[in-house]
Amino acid sequence: MRHTISILVENEFGVLTRVAGLFSARGYNIETLNVAPSLDATVSRMTLVTRGDERVIEQIKKQLNKLIPVIKVEDISHLVHIEREMLLVKLATSADNRAALVSLAEEMRAKVVDHIDIGYLTLELTGSCDELDGFLQQVESYGIIEMTRTGPVGMRRGAEGFTVD
Amino acid sequence: MKMTGAEILVECLKRENVDTIFGYPGGAVLHIYDAIFKQDAIKHYLVRHEQAALHSANGYARVSGKCGVALVTSGPGATNAVTGLADSLADSIPTVCISGQVPSSLIGNDAFQEADVVGITRSATKHNFLVKRVEDIALIVRQAFHIATTGRPGPVLIDIPKDISGESCEFIWPEKVEMRSYKPVTHGHPGQIKRAVKSMLSAKRPVLYTGGGILNSVGSAAMLRELSHALNAPVTNTLMGLGGMPHDDPHFLGMLGMHGTFEANMAVSHCDLLVAIGARFDDRVTGRLDAFAPDAKVIHIDIDPSSISKNIHAHLPIVGDVGEVLKQLLEEIARRDGKPNEAALTLWWEQINQWRSRDSLGFVQDADGPIKPQTVVRMVHEKTRGNAIVATDVGQHQMWAAQFYGFNRPHRWLTSGGLGTMGYGLPAGIGAQVAMPEEKVIVFTGDSSIQMCSQEFSTAFQYNLPVIVIILNNGYMGMVRQWQEMFYESRYSQSYFDSLPDFVKMAETYGGTGIRVDSLEELSPALDKALASHDQFIILDVAVSKEENVFPMVPAGAALNEMVLS
Repeated sequence: MRHTISILVENEFGVLTRVAGLFSARGYNIETLNVAPSLDATVSRMTLVTRGDERVIEQIKKQLNKLIPVIKVEDISHLVHIEREMLLVKLATSADNRAALVSLAEEMRAKVVDHIDIGYLTLELTGSCDELDGFLQQVESYGIIEMTRTGPVGMRRGAEGFTVD
Repeated sequence: MKMTGAEILVECLKRENVDTIFGYPGGAVLHIYDAIFKQDAIKHYLVRHEQAALHSANGYARVSGKCGVALVTSGPGATNAVTGLADSLADSIPTVCISGQVPSSLIGNDAFQEADVVGITRSATKHNFLVKRVEDIALIVRQAFHIATTGRPGPVLIDIPKDISGESCEFIWPEKVEMRSYKPVTHGHPGQIKRAVKSMLSAKRPVLYTGGGILNSVGSAAMLRELSHALNAPVTNTLMGLGGMPHDDPHFLGMLGMHGTFEANMAVSHCDLLVAIGARFDDRVTGRLDAFAPDAKVIHIDIDPSSISKNIHAHLPIVGDVGEVLKQLLEEIARRDGKPNEAALTLWWEQINQWRSRDSLGFVQDADGPIKPQTVVRMVHEKTRGNAIVATDVGQHQMWAAQFYGFNRPHRWLTSGGLGTMGYGLPAGIGAQVAMPEEKVIVFTGDSSIQMCSQEFSTAFQYNLPVIVIILNNGYMGMVRQWQEMFYESRYSQSYFDSLPDFVKMAETYGGTGIRVDSLEELSPALDKALASHDQFIILDVAVSKEENVFPMVPAGAALNEMVLS
């Protein structure tokens, strides 16, 4: 089963390698991994998506907690939570199909972020992973020149926060 | 007061109560060696290979209960140390290793004797640090010792670039060390303690299965014995846990697992309650997982949450320091004035004694025949009354030492249990002898293992360490040969030495004494001579029966009750 895990870590040299190294050393799979500093500059927040049965996920959480710079780990998959991912996709266009693509983008709430010449269009879309997958399917026929996704970030719903204290 | 990084390091080590370092100098640690030269509170022992520095620090830590410390140079110095670090990690032994690094400005330039040591040792340490500013040294040393010695202990490496150990700054000693991301739980959950005691008192067929955690938590061994007696429950030790229970206590079943006793493995296979204390259900202990303790409710006490329910599901997990939890359990039993289920236990002990009567460690020593390796270990036990410090290498001799030495006390047994490092024994024995100069230190080794660390005889000679090295010489890599005999139709691929060195001459070359023992009648006098010598190391090269196998044996992947007895 797919699990989304939030991790707070000390914002220090080598911590990303420690997390990634743990997964490779123990044969776990990282599907996506997103890292950025948090409000507190000494803390980084990671969102990691992995797959495994309950026992594997339990071990992953324990092994993450065992890493010295890891402050807190939470598997948000079991909670009511929000996940969002951002996509940038560069599509081949021509005078004939460009208008159709722009209106499709508007309909899907994707933003046009780059369009210097007629031969391409770069779109930005934020949504759930499934929404991004669906969007990509719809625009595939235009010809995808390149695309990049951030991997999801997530947090639980409700007033409670996931912070160091 | 301004001090150099090297001086700060040495000062911090003193404040961490370090009085002994095992190490080997080189370019990147010369500032540190100079600071060591200028003081005499810390004694440095010069090893002959960096791997041995880590093994000696490990042996020192195991018998003294203190943190072992090693010092190595950059590049090859540090890469040589990796095996020793991995060994301490597998066996949870508190060690701090300081490595030199090329100057900060050269890092990443493929400089002379440069290696990405923090990268290489990341998975061989509990944690590691690269020092980037001289001002950080004191706090990092403090954190390193804190991490190495608390929680589940382990090795920590501090990599110090040469410019940092040469620069100066004001020395400030951090009085407290607190890490928001590292706070091991030591106290057992009170509700879990109550539930555990309830299960223990009502169990019909309990077994206490204990590991290295009993030794890592000082004072636990006595409480383990108390608990076993209060519950009238049998105790079995893992290889790492030997010494946790006196060998002659009637409640002790011996070691369990691949080369465990019949009674220990059968008791585990038939118990209704298995209490794992500071043990981690290693594959050499469990055999086939789905057949391990099939009828048992499992209580697992461990300071490392990731050990719990990793291999075997724990019905009742207790995270905490083994010593604290044992104390809590004993208090709870006393509070309830709890008595175990004696009627059921009487039947259980009858069954256990029946298994015991198989005498699975029995062997026959023919008076005229070749010396059996078991005879040697047994005789050493008798002559030292089970009180010696015993170190081993890895292989058949290690298992015979584990099966036949018989320990009275904890912190006397040094063996590479998790990593299985050939070459561990001699340097570990040296470290133990440094920590306990008055004690007898015996190293059981094989003709193959000893050649992986024999340069350390030079260290033993330099410091007049009277380590007694007993080579159970069968001319084979015995355990490899045994597996080849049993599982590869006796095709002895590369497991035979036809060009062994003359170990007597080796001893003499390095400045010690060597005695060759070929027949049974020579054995006892040779051992007496070795045990009487106090000034220098001695090698007993004992010719033992060549194709003796270690039994009982649970073949890899078989269930614990599928033992080969002979």
